Amino acid sequence: MLKHEQIEKNVGLLIILTILVVSVGGLLEIVPLFFQKSTTTPVEGTKPYDAVRLAGRDVYTREGCYLCHSQMIRPFRAETERYGHFSVAGEFVYDHPFQWGSKRTGPDLHRVGGRYSDEWQRAHLINPRDVVPESNMPAFAFLANTKAKDSVGVDITAKMELMRGYAKVRGIPTYTDEEIKGAKAAIGDKTEMDVLIAYLQGMGTALSTMKQ
Amino acid sequence: MSDFVSEFWNMYVIVITAASVFACIALLYVQSKATFTPGKTMGHVWDDTLEEYNNPMPMWWSWLFLITIVFTVIYFTLYPGLGNVKGMLGWTSANAHQAEVAKMDATVKPLFAKYQAMDVKAVAGDKQAMEMGKNLYLTYCMQCHGADARGAKGFPNLTDSDWQWGGEPEQIKATLNEGRMGVMPPHAQVGADTVKDLANYVRSLSGLPNDSVRAAKGKEAFNSVGCSGCHGPDAKGMQALGAPNLTDKVWLYGSSEAVISETINGGRNNKMPAWKEFLGDGKIHVLTAYVYSLSQGK
Repeated sequence: MLKHEQIEKNVGLLIILTILVVSVGGLLEIVPLFFQKSTTTPVEGTKPYDAVRLAGRDVYTREGCYLCHSQMIRPFRAETERYGHFSVAGEFVYDHPFQWGSKRTGPDLHRVGGRYSDEWQRAHLINPRDVVPESNMPAFAFLANTKAKDSVGVDITAKMELMRGYAKVRGIPTYTDEEIKGAKAAIGDKTEMDVLIAYLQGMGTALSTMKQ
Repeated sequence: MSDFVSEFWNMYVIVITAASVFACIALLYVQSKATFTPGKTMGHVWDDTLEEYNNPMPMWWSWLFLITIVFTVIYFTLYPGLGNVKGMLGWTSANAHQAEVAKMDATVKPLFAKYQAMDVKAVAGDKQAMEMGKNLYLTYCMQCHGADARGAKGFPNLTDSDWQWGGEPEQIKATLNEGRMGVMPPHAQVGADTVKDLANYVRSLSGLPNDSVRAAKGKEAFNSVGCSGCHGPDAKGMQALGAPNLTDKVWLYGSSEAVISETINGGRNNKMPAWKEFLGDGKIHVLTAYVYSLSQGK
């Protein structure tokens, strides 16, 4: 049996035992999630982001959309009435990293796919006040000035390879060689705004009741 | 059915959780044995004179600790937490959501049923229904049509008597249920000059300032290049196609020559999403009545 004194006088041992005690919560609440089917199996209809949406997702991350928009509909009636089906773990299997967010200055975006037309999304990104006068969202008109292939699309092949690596570790469907090869062509001349809209329109559609 | 890929993880959670609880009990037990003996210290000395006595823990603290342990036992009996153990209450967040929805449905469903049995025009005259309709509108519709329902560029004003797809209750309901796709094909191929003629003609239809020579040429082109196919030979539109009336001084995208030319050159794609599945019949019925009521008396 370890004596109090022995632990106190051996810094290395103290560190190891402290970490062990502090990590009990993590070991119990995080590690088992890696081995739970509901968190590792894609929900039916959830597909890997195609090249265009993956590039759009990078615009979303780069512009910090997650700072004001969550992607996590909680299982409360008030939320499911407004947004649609609550979010489930199996919908996020292709998100590296997830964009759940933690604060809603704007609305949740998890079921925004198909909710508005592409034209609405475009008008809204160019100047949110044109369609929603009460909005305090910044304008993102500048996204139309840059071609995605010159920014978020430059290393799209490498990104898709990486995503495929993650998916293979977990044994879930992923990109074919052809899809990765065709990534640059798929992005083509689309602007950052185009790819962002493609990403938004594909969001949460697996469990959405909005028809595309 | 276990959610874990193997039974090991179930045991892993149970064992560590139980071990943590038992370790707390053991610690509490060991510490409660301590007794204070005058003059007897723990053997530590700091700064030459600072010594540590072995005092028992205060009772209130021990009791709090005991209460947390009792709470843990009760919690794990009632709620899920120990691996795959479901708990006696069978609680899940999905069930809790279901229960919340069912409870509200009990209040709301009879209301919607009452209104569904009524004619849309009658519902439009019901004060409570219109309050519900307004709340529904502000949740689902205002993002495009505006909080005041006066629309925005490309999104129709719902408070006037001008309708792209028809303003009768059945037509409004069809628009809400199935959505609409308004497509004007691009016509840049007719040539920049003809586009200018057409724009002037379209402006003349609403009595806006225009170049009368160009407008006259535009009137001919209107039929020859195919505008009349959708907007009708008299340019009064065709609601079955969602082709707007061009003579009514109501503009979806703008009335300047530049904007009209842009419309003719590039065409327009406009889409109203289909809400049937998302909202369901009850809400659609009340919303139809609300939208119908917005333009009444105008």
